Amino acid sequence: MTVDLGFGLLILALIVTSYAAVAAIVGVSRNDNRWVNSARLASLITFPLLTLAVVVLLYLITTGHYEVSYVYAVSSNAMPLYLKLTALWGGQAGSLVFWSWLMAAFSSAVMLRKWDRDREFLPWVIVVTMITLIFFLGMVIFFENPFVRFWGTPMGARIEAMFPPVGSELLVPNDGRGLNPLLRHPGMIIHPPMLYLGFVSFVIPFAFALAALITGRTDDRWIRITRRWTLVAWLFLTIGLVLGMRWAYDVLGWGGYWGWDPVEIAALMPWLTGTAFLHSVMIQEKRGMFKQWNMLLIILTYDLVIYGTFLTRSGVLSSVHAFAQSAIGPLFFAFIALTFVVSIWLMLLRWKSLRSEGQLQSLLSRETLFLINNLLFLGLFIECFWGVNFPLLSELVTGQKVTFGPEWYIRATGPLWGGLLLLMGIAPISAWQISTIKTLGRAFWKPFIPSLAAVGVVLALGIRQPGAIIGFWLVALVASVTIYEYWRGIRARSHSTGENVFQAIWRLTEKNRRRYGGYIIHLGIIFMALGVIGIEVFQQQTQGALTPGQQLELADYTVTYKSLAEWDTADGKNVARAVMEVSRDGKVLQELYPRRDYYYDSQQPMTIPGVRSTIEDDIYVILVDWEPISTRQATFKVFRNPLVSWLWFGSIILILGSIIAVWPTPERESAR
Amino acid sequence: MKKSTVVLGIGLLVILLGFTFTGRVQAQEQTPVVVTDDQVNQVASQLYCPVCENISLDVCPTQACEQWRSLIREKLEAGWSAEQIKEYFAAQYGDRVLPEPPKKGLNWMVYILPPAMIAGGALLLAWIILGMRARKVAPVSAEQTPQSSGEYLARVEEELLKRKGE
Repeated sequence: MTVDLGFGLLILALIVTSYAAVAAIVGVSRNDNRWVNSARLASLITFPLLTLAVVVLLYLITTGHYEVSYVYAVSSNAMPLYLKLTALWGGQAGSLVFWSWLMAAFSSAVMLRKWDRDREFLPWVIVVTMITLIFFLGMVIFFENPFVRFWGTPMGARIEAMFPPVGSELLVPNDGRGLNPLLRHPGMIIHPPMLYLGFVSFVIPFAFALAALITGRTDDRWIRITRRWTLVAWLFLTIGLVLGMRWAYDVLGWGGYWGWDPVEIAALMPWLTGTAFLHSVMIQEKRGMFKQWNMLLIILTYDLVIYGTFLTRSGVLSSVHAFAQSAIGPLFFAFIALTFVVSIWLMLLRWKSLRSEGQLQSLLSRETLFLINNLLFLGLFIECFWGVNFPLLSELVTGQKVTFGPEWYIRATGPLWGGLLLLMGIAPISAWQISTIKTLGRAFWKPFIPSLAAVGVVLALGIRQPGAIIGFWLVALVASVTIYEYWRGIRARSHSTGENVFQAIWRLTEKNRRRYGGYIIHLGIIFMALGVIGIEVFQQQTQGALTPGQQLELADYTVTYKSLAEWDTADGKNVARAVMEVSRDGKVLQELYPRRDYYYDSQQPMTIPGVRSTIEDDIYVILVDWEPISTRQATFKVFRNPLVSWLWFGSIILILGSIIAVWPTPERESAR
Repeated sequence: MKKSTVVLGIGLLVILLGFTFTGRVQAQEQTPVVVTDDQVNQVASQLYCPVCENISLDVCPTQACEQWRSLIREKLEAGWSAEQIKEYFAAQYGDRVLPEPPKKGLNWMVYILPPAMIAGGALLLAWIILGMRARKVAPVSAEQTPQSSGEYLARVEEELLKRKGE
């Protein structure tokens, strides 16, 4: 009964969503407000309907209705309540329901806010968001239904179906398989919702962009309306990516944070085009230029969001066969192709009205540098897209699969990341419109000198790797340019208003949150860059089989194997935990407890490293293997990851900067 | 020198050399090459699991990968180089075990197309920037400027005189 209710709610939501899209089109074409208002109300109803569907699914998961195949696949009796709640997005079907629910929530938020002000656009925003929702609900209802149950046929076979096949009986397993152990980590609990919030938020600026194309209102109004949405989307996507990195570092047990896996790249690609868009819209706002380019970027970002959602959970790109056999794979691709073609067609129809109002006047002006920034972000996107999709093409053409490991990505993208850092060091001090070598040089030399001093320090420390030297110089350059920009602002305020430094910083940031929030984001990125350089250039590792009392030496550290114990826990897993002692120069620093958890329900192991973190480096110990009975000899892998803490610290700064940039400024509320 | 002495000498030399060679072989057998876990991981990190997706052999936790690591150890103990082991794995399991596509056939697209696209983008960007700058400069002809600026200045002066009069 409850299961049928959940499915019925999904069907009802699909009907209401379809009605909203059709009513909005009818309303606009007949210029009849009654239809438009009806469409608005219908789109608002999708949220409560999908909220109820989500509640039903959560009820089934938390109460152990294992006759529902999704519940069986992602939940078990041994799982604590908080994990059962997160099982909502632990599998593909639940993820798609969750995505649809967020889409309904966001479209409702748009409809409830400033309906009268944005009335020109909103009917078309309803159409775009509702079509997106129809697609996802269609996927859920017809292909990835989370309410499908197990049925036993008279022949003894087990069938998965929504409604009972003739003569069959409901099968109710006593326990479920449980959530994938890799997903039972705090980072992974919040990571998917953050990523999905980012994905879904990007649909809103896309919907307004399309509304602008359809209505012919192609000035920067749609950009001003969606400016905060875009920043919010970017913020959530960034948090999602950072949490994913932390999860990989804590759970996957390979000593790193980013493996250039297709699933990771799927989330990175919309971030790359979205970041390019965030910079590029500023040119349109300031100078009325590159409207066509901004349209293209938001269209690309939307389709990459859909592609990312599809890739994250489906795994169908692992092979041509998996793709061909997947019911949703070709449909996702068809939807992406359709929305891309229609959007581009609309853009071409408005091509003339999207022409730039201003002209580029200087090769070193900020708008030119922003364009180069866009080129580099697009370059990164091209490399990533190629790396993810070429294996499929190769298999299709030659029958041979190929792999793209981290080395390929680092080589292909490293110079582009470096170029972006360089631009972060130049663009903030270049002027809009006219900027010459002379004016730029006058502003540049002061922050440039300290950056050279930093190179001196790096060389004095004995660092000789060219990549690291260039990397540290770029970090120092961006840091000194950003601090210099702040200092200039502070000094100007202090002179004109007599404010002290702290007041001046506060007022500066308050008056121009996007600009100074952006600078804080830049600072966050350079801290992150320190961590990336540390781990990519200076990571060291060693492995060895030890008996208690034996040691592994790595850099200045000694890691001593003390003991290992193995036991079963109440929540259904077997834990093997080692005690390791980290010392340096004969002084004991810390005990670490690397362990391997084996989950009986899902029959999967999970490696949890023991980590000692300092601002200088991380000592990261993994229990690779051990002799199960005697537990005397065990194999350990030890990593030294220099500066990696700065990666996490930088992420926090970056998120804080984003929050400052996103924070509403009522007196300057946009919309002209 | 008598012929028999020469034969005896050569015979002794052959026997001695034989002993030396055998001794070497025995010495090799007695002290096998010690291969550390780090050496195995060094090679394994350059190879990808043929079964799992995108996981290098040095970190893959499956039983199959453990066996492949043992195989790498055996090959290293037998004196194989890292390159030979990679070639062996590629021959056995296909190019997918290599960390990046080998530079041949269709794979050249990987190494040519993305950089070419980025270079194309850079050229397009340069064309747009230079084109815009040229458009900005073109309409301002030498004859028009003084005249128009003269007219403008005259209007400004007129305006100022009016204001003074007020």
